[in-house]
This record gives sequence, structure tokens and C-alpha cells, in this order.
Amino acid sequence: MPASRPLSFQDLILELHAYWSARGCVILQPYDVEVGAGTLHPATVLRALGPKPWRCAYVQTSRRPSDGRYGENPNRLRQFHQYQVILKPNPPDMQELYLGSLEAVGIDPSMHDIRFVEDDWENPTVGAWGLGWEVWCDGMEISQYTYFQQVGGLDVKPVSGELTYGLERLALYVQGVDNVFDLAFNDPQGPDFMTYGDVFLENEREFSAFEQETADVSMLQRQFADMEAAVPALLAARGRQGQPLVLPAYDHVLKASHLFNLLDARGSIAVAERASYIGRIRELCRRCAEAWLALEEGGA
Amino acid sequence: MSEFLLEFLSEEIPARMQTGAARDLERLTREGLAAESLTFSEVRAFAGPRRLTLVVEGLPARQADRTEERRGPRAGAPTQAIEGFLRSTGLGRDELEERDGVLFAVISRPGRPTSEILKDLAEGIAARFPWPKSMVTGSGTFRWVRPLRRVLALFDGEVVPIEIDGLSAEFFTEGHRVMGARGPVRVRDFATYAEALVERCVVLSADERRRRIVEGARKVTAAAGLHWVEDFGLLEEVGGMVEWPVAILGDMDAAFLRLPPEVVRTTMRVHQRYFAVRKGPEADSPLSPHFICIANVEAPDGGRLIAAGNARVLSARLNDARFFWEEDLKVPLADRLPRLAGVTFHARLGSMLDRVNRIEGAAHAIAPLVGADRHAAGQAARLAKADLASGMVGEFPELQGIMGGYYAEHEGLPAEVAAAIREHYRPQGPSDAIPIEPVSIAVALADKLDTLVGFFSIGEAPTGSRDPFALRRAALGVIRIILENGLRFSLGDLVEDLAGRCGLQPNGLIAFFAERLKVALREAGRRHDLVDAVFALGDDDLVRVVARVEALSGFLASEDGANLLAAFRRAGNILAAEAKKGELPSGAPSRVAEPAEEAALYDALEDVTPAIEESLAAEDFSAAMIAMSGLRGAVDAFFDGVLVNSEIPAERANRLRLLARVRDAMLHVADFSKVAG
Repeated sequence: MPASRPLSFQDLILELHAYWSARGCVILQPYDVEVGAGTLHPATVLRALGPKPWRCAYVQTSRRPSDGRYGENPNRLRQFHQYQVILKPNPPDMQELYLGSLEAVGIDPSMHDIRFVEDDWENPTVGAWGLGWEVWCDGMEISQYTYFQQVGGLDVKPVSGELTYGLERLALYVQGVDNVFDLAFNDPQGPDFMTYGDVFLENEREFSAFEQETADVSMLQRQFADMEAAVPALLAARGRQGQPLVLPAYDHVLKASHLFNLLDARGSIAVAERASYIGRIRELCRRCAEAWLALEEGGA
Repeated sequence: MSEFLLEFLSEEIPARMQTGAARDLERLTREGLAAESLTFSEVRAFAGPRRLTLVVEGLPARQADRTEERRGPRAGAPTQAIEGFLRSTGLGRDELEERDGVLFAVISRPGRPTSEILKDLAEGIAARFPWPKSMVTGSGTFRWVRPLRRVLALFDGEVVPIEIDGLSAEFFTEGHRVMGARGPVRVRDFATYAEALVERCVVLSADERRRRIVEGARKVTAAAGLHWVEDFGLLEEVGGMVEWPVAILGDMDAAFLRLPPEVVRTTMRVHQRYFAVRKGPEADSPLSPHFICIANVEAPDGGRLIAAGNARVLSARLNDARFFWEEDLKVPLADRLPRLAGVTFHARLGSMLDRVNRIEGAAHAIAPLVGADRHAAGQAARLAKADLASGMVGEFPELQGIMGGYYAEHEGLPAEVAAAIREHYRPQGPSDAIPIEPVSIAVALADKLDTLVGFFSIGEAPTGSRDPFALRRAALGVIRIILENGLRFSLGDLVEDLAGRCGLQPNGLIAFFAERLKVALREAGRRHDLVDAVFALGDDDLVRVVARVEALSGFLASEDGANLLAAFRRAGNILAAEAKKGELPSGAPSRVAEPAEEAALYDALEDVTPAIEESLAAEDFSAAMIAMSGLRGAVDAFFDGVLVNSEIPAERANRLRLLARVRDAMLHVADFSKVAG
């Protein structure tokens, strides 16, 4: 923890924005479709494909319905925030850039034990994998660092470097707090101090109940089927410039993926069905990835 | 003589790959140098978190000139063939030599400068390095384990101009990321390289890093009057995660020690790579509420912040573990069984619950054979897999069995049932202890035999190096449990019984056990061909099989044994040859007065047969063989003085009957025809 006053949750985000903005990143807003991880944002999945350079950074609200603990567990949340950075192609000094970002938020690498621990990341629902590490700070995993090798089941060229900071984890560390709901969301000395709990505790309570108990399974199943049917239809449709509607199609893949997560949290996906659901979403994603590559935007 | 120094500096190499990478680098270098006939005095390779380093000493400045002779076509071969040969050798027709009508090309190759060869060698090794998993980076196509950042390559103090994926080799290396002087440092040779690294807080050798970890761990614990818990697997891993190991002692809330010690240790090891600390020097001394973290940095505050940060992380992890423990204790093991129905064991062998049902049946069948209480064995078998559905085992699969044992104790189940649940996976490796209590034995055997019977029945026997279901380990476990506990039963009958209950047919399983027993005996330094000689008798009581092998081994080493083996073979050969001419005479031989040797052999057989039979009945195989050696003089004299193939049919028949009896007497002990040598 730095000697000066630790950063609030929102200042942490602002510092990261400033740092990555100064390094040429487009600063985007969170994607407005429910996703389980920052990687799923089209600014990562689709932009990592094809030859065009791309640098962006954004916060992504990530929803993991199965992890809900009704706001009763100090460390587990069903909704949390990831700070996502994509550098394509990955620059040779990406590790140094990353370490610089830690210094920017008050973690001095000469005072702390920063470690790159092998962790080969994969996300089977979007057919993506890469090699990299979990980054540990004094034994706590604060980031995932990955060099993508495949996305949508397709080899990527050039390779994108992806950094995913777990913002709540990082804030717990920087602020020296043990309970996520006690995190300072804004300036503790400011006139309207708010904790993380003030902002999100009710959200955890209600959504945990919704996702694990109340969500209507048959409705979710119907919606999943609708999303699954919509993707090929949108890819077959044509826009004004003659292109397939890849971005809307991909939105429907994301919705299908979230519906799957909800069904899973409701305990209504049998072990034997699991792989089939994941395979179906992956196939939809692969079709979007191929269609994207055929677009001018994708670099065709 | 000169030195070659090569360093591939990269981003962090997974710890588990480093030892193999150093070995591969050394091997590929040796092979490459040998292929180029370059002499050297020493090759050493080092691997660490960010670098692979190679040093070759005693290289010549140039490769020696070489002449190579290549055999070509015959002198009279078609022009096309000869022209092809000339093209491939780069020589003219009049430069070829002709010997016995065959053309030879003698190609002399002037030696190349060593530096050139090293460039090709290093570039070739880099291009084909056998990383278990590799990646491309940026816009490149070169594959390495993680992005390669810098290449240092010096031969005799000069840069070897290696080019890899846009990187050119230089004079420079780099030290620790944050400690010591930052930035590249120029080196001249291995000595200045090693010195530069030490100054910049990098320990090059993995052995030295491990030594420092052990020393550091001892030091920080000794200072607190405590003791570190050795863990060599963890030491190996942690030694690959730090360039500059610094042991830091941290502490935790003592209340966590109310959790089972295995849970505390596994949480530390698996999640955090911490060493555990105990209060006394003894291996069974209780844990102390401390941990040792090996940091990669010597912080100016003496590691105070690092210790505090790690302590908070561990505390969160142990809180999670305590949550699992407390939740798990609320549900009796038996209530978890229905969930196993949803866990597939193998597509063709059903769910985990199906497996539990089979193991329970097997334990019932095995209990009387091993002196276990049938009810207790069945109960333990029924609950043995229930912990797979517990939160703790979901989090830490390596605690399977151990947690089940705790939960069973907590429920107040009989101690022998809890012990059987805990121990039924044993032995998990050649050095692991085997279960010795009867109920534990019954469940451990039931578990392993179910696996073996199941997978052999669906045609999943191991092949070559492929053994995805660890069937060799299971079979060896069965063998060890039987032999080391001296359990007496026919393995074949048991396997048949267990398979029959489930309608399975484990083809080849008994032969597989024989094979595994052979391997086990061979590893113990015994003659494995003797296992064949004993198994050929159809005996599958493993304790008896081994006793026979032991006796046979001692017997064959004696002079009597060697001679009797020769006699057995002679008798066998004669009988086989005569059998070709027509059916051998049946029935018992009669005693004849003449010749004396024939009478003597008859008497000797009459004499020793009861002794052999008596010893066999008592399973005293050494005594049986000593009795058998009583035949030796008579058999030798018989072969010396008696012509078996007499012209008088009755004589021939009686002699053949005698020989058959000699052979049969010996076959009671072992099938000597299967003995090698």
C-alpha cells in the first residue's frame, strides 16, 4: 500500500484510464449487453481477429450468476468489474507497460512481490485461448495476462496482448480492506462518501435471488432457442452496404451465452448437456468470427 | 580452446517446464556438436524463470577438415545414375575412385569456423525447441514458450551473429526485474556473465536457488524457534518461480489450525505455494500458525508489506476452506450419494454411483478373503466416494479420501470404516504405504479391482506408454496389498467372481497381473523368467507364486538345481522327440531289476515323491526342491548308463514312463521349460 492516500475504487479506474489513454488506447465504455467476462466485449473478441492494429481499454461489468452469495460473502460477487486492455499487435515491452500501470495505481514493484505465474487462459464458449500468466501481488491474483493464440476457433495474426485487472481485487489490495463491501467507492474524505456496499449490495442481494432461485427456466430455454436461431438469420441478412449483420449477430451470441449462465445458475443444465450448450455457443461465435473477417472492418 | 555462451532471455517460463528445457538444450547441443564433429570438454545448461543459458567449454576455433567417402553406383551403371551421383557429390567423373567395380566419391570438406557452426546450431535449436506448449507473439511466426526478448551469444568473446525472429544476438544480458542495476549489462564470457547476474540479483543455477530457499526457510523458522515442513515437489516448483529467492515468515490466525492439517497445508501449497511450518522438528509435530512465502524480491522494509499482504490472502483462502469444511459437515456422507449419479465415471462404465454400487458388491465379496467384517467393508465401500460431491474435494481434488475419512469420523461412524474411506486410494505410488487393516484392505482392493475389471472389459487396457486410466498403478497396488499383507486367495477366481456380478469380461487381466508382477520382481532384482515358469502352472495365488519364485531362484543358483534343470530338459527333449513317432506309453513305470541305473531311478522317484508332495502341501517350496535334488544322481546315472530308445518295445516304454514321471515330479514345482538360459 502506497504511503499516500490509497485510491478509491473510481479513482483506480480513472488512473488506469489516464495511463492507458496516454499509451494510445481508445477508452471505451462497458458493453451494454450482459457478459461473463471483459473478454467477450466485441472490442476484444472481434477486434482481436484480422490484421488491423487496435488498442483499447475499458471497464466491463461482468456477471457470473453461479457465484452469487446474496451479498453475504466478503470476497465473492455475482457481478464485478474487470479492467480490460487490448494491445494488438502486442508490443515487445508489454510487460513493462503492465508493471508501469501497477505503479500508476500505487503498487511499487520494489516493495511488493510481483510474480508472473503460469496460467493458460481459455474461454471455450468463444473458442479462444492463449498463453500467459496470472499476475500475483504478494500472493494475490490481481490480473490475468494473455497472449491470444486463437479467437472464435481461428488463429489470430497478429497476436493481441490482453490484460484483465480484477478491479475489486486490486482495490481491496490497494486500500488494504478485507471486505469488498467496505471498499471506498469515492473519496472517503469527500462530502458524499460511498462504499462499494452502498452502491452494489442491494444489487447482489436481489440478483442472487433472481439468478439462483427465481429466473423462469422455461422462459430462459425459449429465449436461448430464439437467440440461437437469430444468429444465422442475421448473418444471412444484408445491411445497406451489402454486409452481413455481424455485430447484431454477435450481440445475440452474447445473449445466448448469458442465458446459458443463468440456466446453469438455476441448476437446470445436466452434466451431460453442458458440453453441448458450450459447443453450440462456440459454433455461433465461430460463424460471427468468420463473417467479421470477411468484412472490410475485419481487414478483408 | 574457446568457450561458447548462449542465453535466451524471455518473459516468465512456466516453472514446470524449466528442468526439461535445460535438459533439452544440453542434449540438442551435444547432438548438434557431435553431428559437426566439433570437440568440446564440457556442456552445461541452466534454466530459470526468465532465461535458458548454455555454456560449452573447450571448443576449437575451427572445425577439423573432414573427408567423407560415399559409395556410388557400379562403374557400369546407366549414365543417368552416375550423373545423379556426380551431382549429389559435386565431383567430376574422373574424380571418382573405382574399387571392385563400384564407384566411390571421396569428398574433402574444409573445416568451417566454429562460430559459423554455432550460429547454425543455435538458430536450429531455437527454431525447433521442444517446448511442451509454445506461442507466437506480435506479428512474428517464431514460436517460443513466451515472448523471447533478448539473445546473448558469445564465442571466444565475440558475438555469434545469431538472428531469431528479428532479434540479433548481442553482448548483453539483463538482471532481476526490479533489484540491482537495471538495464542491459555487457559481458565477455561465462565468468563475467555469472558475476553480472549475481550482482544483479539473479541466481542462475536451479540447484543453487533451491539451496537458498531451504537455507532461507530454515533460517526464518529457526529464528522463531520453529521448523519448516519439507516439501520437495513444492521446492522444485518455487525454485522455478523466483530469480532471487527470499524466504519470508508470515503468520495466520491460530484458529485456522482447528481445520484438518491436510486442508491447511493443501490450501497453502496449491493456492499460494507456501511452505508449512510446524512447532517441533519431528515429522508428526503439529502445525504452527505460520507460513513461509518465497518472494522474488528483497524489499527495503525487510518484506514486512509482503508478509502482511500474503497473510491477508492466505486468511481469505483459509476462510473459504473453513466455509467448505463447515458446510460439508452439515451433510452426512450417505446423503451425498445421489449426486454421484450425475457424475460420469466413464461413458461405457456408467456413473460414479454405478461404480459405488459395484465397489460395494466387490467389498462384500473380498471381505471374507481378507478377514474383514463384511458389513463394515460394505459400509465403507458405499461411502468411500461420497466426498467427491463435497465442497472441499471439489476445491481440492487431491484431498479425496482424506476428507471422507474426516467426515466419517465426524458422523461417528466406526473407526475402521473411517480409516477405510481415508486409505482406500492407497498405495498411490511405489513409495506410498499400503493399507493394513482388513476393512481398509477390502475397500482398497475393491476400488482397484473394479477399475481394472471395468476398463479391461471395455477394451481400454494400457498400450505402450499410453495408460490414461493409470491401470498399471492400480494393478501394482493390488499386487503390493496382497503380497505385503500375505493375503491368500486365487486372484483369478476373485476377478471372475467380480466380473461375473456385473456381467463384464476383463479379457487379458490375469496376464496383465502376471506381467506387472514380473515387472515388480524384476525391479526388486529377481529373475522375471521364473514368474513365467511358475505362472505356467496355473497358480494365481500371488503369495504362493512369489514363494515358488524365491525357492526356484535359490535352487537354480545351486549346482544341483542347474544339473536338474539340464536333466529336465534332456528328459523333455527325449519325450518330445519320441512323441512325434507315436503316442507315448501311458501308465506308471514298473520296477525292473536290470539295468541297475533304471532300477535306481525308480527307487529314487519312489523315495523322493512323498517328500516332494509333503513339502508342496506345506508350501515349503525350498524343501520340495531339496527333495527333488535327491533325484539328481539317479537321473545323471540313468542318462549315462541306459539307452532309452531300446529296440525292445517294453523296455523303451518303461523307460519313457520313468522319464515322464521325472518330468511330472518337477512340474509340480515349476514349468522348467519356461526357465531361460
